[in-house]
Amino acid sequence: MSVGEVDVLVGVPTYNNAKTIGQTVQAIRVGLLKYFPRERAVIVNADGGSKDTTREVVAAASINDLQRSSDLYSLRTLPCISTVYANSPATEVALRTTLAAAELLRAKACAIVSPESTNIAPDWIEHLLRPVYRDDFDLITPVYRRHKFDGLLLRNLIYPMTRALYAKRIREPYAVEFAFSGRFCSHLLEMQIWDQEAGGIGTEMRMSVTAIAGGFRLYQSFLGTKPHLDRTSADLVTAMRQTVGTLFWSLEPNFQYWSAKHETEAVPTSGSECDLSVEPIRVNRKRLYELFRSGVAELEPVLKSILSAQTLADVQTIAKLPEDNFKYPHELWVKTAYEFAASYYKSVISRDHIIQALAPLYRGKVFTFLMENRDASANDVEANVEALCVTFERLKPYLLDLWNARE
Amino acid sequence: MWQLIVGELNYAMQEFVRSFARFLPRLLAMLIIALLGWLVAYILKIILRGILRIAKFDRLADNAGTTQLLSNLALPTSSELLSRVLFWLVWLGFILLGVQVLGIVGLQEHISRFFLYLPRFFVALFIVFFGLVAASFFSRATLLAAVNADFPSPRLLATSVRTVIIIFAVSMAFEQLGLGERTIIVAFAIAFGALMLGLALAFGLGGRDLAKQFLESRFTKERQEQKQDELSPL
Repeated sequence: MSVGEVDVLVGVPTYNNAKTIGQTVQAIRVGLLKYFPRERAVIVNADGGSKDTTREVVAAASINDLQRSSDLYSLRTLPCISTVYANSPATEVALRTTLAAAELLRAKACAIVSPESTNIAPDWIEHLLRPVYRDDFDLITPVYRRHKFDGLLLRNLIYPMTRALYAKRIREPYAVEFAFSGRFCSHLLEMQIWDQEAGGIGTEMRMSVTAIAGGFRLYQSFLGTKPHLDRTSADLVTAMRQTVGTLFWSLEPNFQYWSAKHETEAVPTSGSECDLSVEPIRVNRKRLYELFRSGVAELEPVLKSILSAQTLADVQTIAKLPEDNFKYPHELWVKTAYEFAASYYKSVISRDHIIQALAPLYRGKVFTFLMENRDASANDVEANVEALCVTFERLKPYLLDLWNARE
Repeated sequence: MWQLIVGELNYAMQEFVRSFARFLPRLLAMLIIALLGWLVAYILKIILRGILRIAKFDRLADNAGTTQLLSNLALPTSSELLSRVLFWLVWLGFILLGVQVLGIVGLQEHISRFFLYLPRFFVALFIVFFGLVAASFFSRATLLAAVNADFPSPRLLATSVRTVIIIFAVSMAFEQLGLGERTIIVAFAIAFGALMLGLALAFGLGGRDLAKQFLESRFTKERQEQKQDELSPL
């Protein structure tokens, strides 16, 4: 199919998403027809060799079905291209394929939508693409409505640390839905960020960091409730590799940038910047506490090579506290994170092992977060996160000292 | 008679002096070679020590666990030890070359054997070192994976992995050196087989109920409930 040039492009990376992809593609179609009726648009599905009927479902979600089911009429055709980039899924290859398509089609604005976003609404497409298409922003990251105990890795480490080091208040530096300009797309393709050491995982995180360090214009759009079907992120170590590993890795090539930044800047945002729901949910806190304690005890020889003697002693001290009195203080957590980052930079042991060793300690911090915010309102939770962010910012010189110290 | 004895003694003395006169240059040559060898060995030691420091070899040795091993044996650091080994090997090589100049019958064959043995020695050293590195890496990987997967006795698992790899590396090194090849291979096979059999018996018979409980807790309801209660980190 010949598409020619387009104004907007929406990419949907898939792998065995037959159950949800139909709904997602229909929502994207409605969004494009409703909010971009005059623009030339295309949907690009990069598939990782699905074994189910994903590709057939994408192909079947035709424009005619849509017109029958709603009162939307397109002024142009809306092609939906599906391509198989490999026989096994690889996020970075899917993303690169979509970027290459966007550059080839000279798209002015591109959005990536997760195939598992079952609650995607058509206005998500507008919220993602409009700031790029109309207002010349380069990277649009989402803001979601979340439960107060959802996305805890983001709230307890990724957001505060990215904010403190890169001096930009991006709520979701690792996002599965985002949009970017054609200019930023070309920059990414030229950057060759795909073949580097951390390549293969955390590409979304690297895009955010690249945009910040490259001086591109950032924007945040409130989308709605965060869907919960991201199976890969359910495993903590995998999630940490994708996010923490990529963040630690990014510090070395961007040292000149982040070491010179001191004052954090807000990022323009449409809609609420923080929308938390607080209804009670079932959480196995005791298991987190036990995993933290056993992790600290069992991993002592590994932690010795990563943490300073004082920090390790402090962590071991809190590991002895009974469950009711347990607390992983902000300052100790920040020092832990910074010492892990410095050890990652110096490769004191295998870098992947450093990320894995952080998982049990993170569980201790999450346990504290759950205990402190058990009955907290949305505002209290936000205040707690803000206090952690401030601690990360205050202790930034500590990381610089560790970074510059020899051996 | 007396004159005959004196004559013989004179002749012997002259022969000794002649032999010594013939031998003296060789002895001096040997001493010069040994002295030169010491100088070359010392320079090589300094160079190797510098290279190992630049390459942060001691950190690698730390990670491999060799530093602790050497410390327990009251030996210097890995880079220092390797530098000294090189020094002595090079100097010994020069001394043997010098001895060869002396022309002592039967010694040349032994010297040739020594030089032929050197590459095998280095290969064995290489195998042991990288065996220790691999043992350290894989035992740490096992420990981390076991801790994060909430497996019981993660350190025991990690130590088992480490021990098996070290035994394997050491047996390979001995085989390379040609020391008791068959004995070591058979001993390794017996020890490894016994370990596996012991574990099989322990889990199969002694710990049958425990294993059942463990498997049930890991793969059935309890495990699923635990998973369901976990929070999405992202």
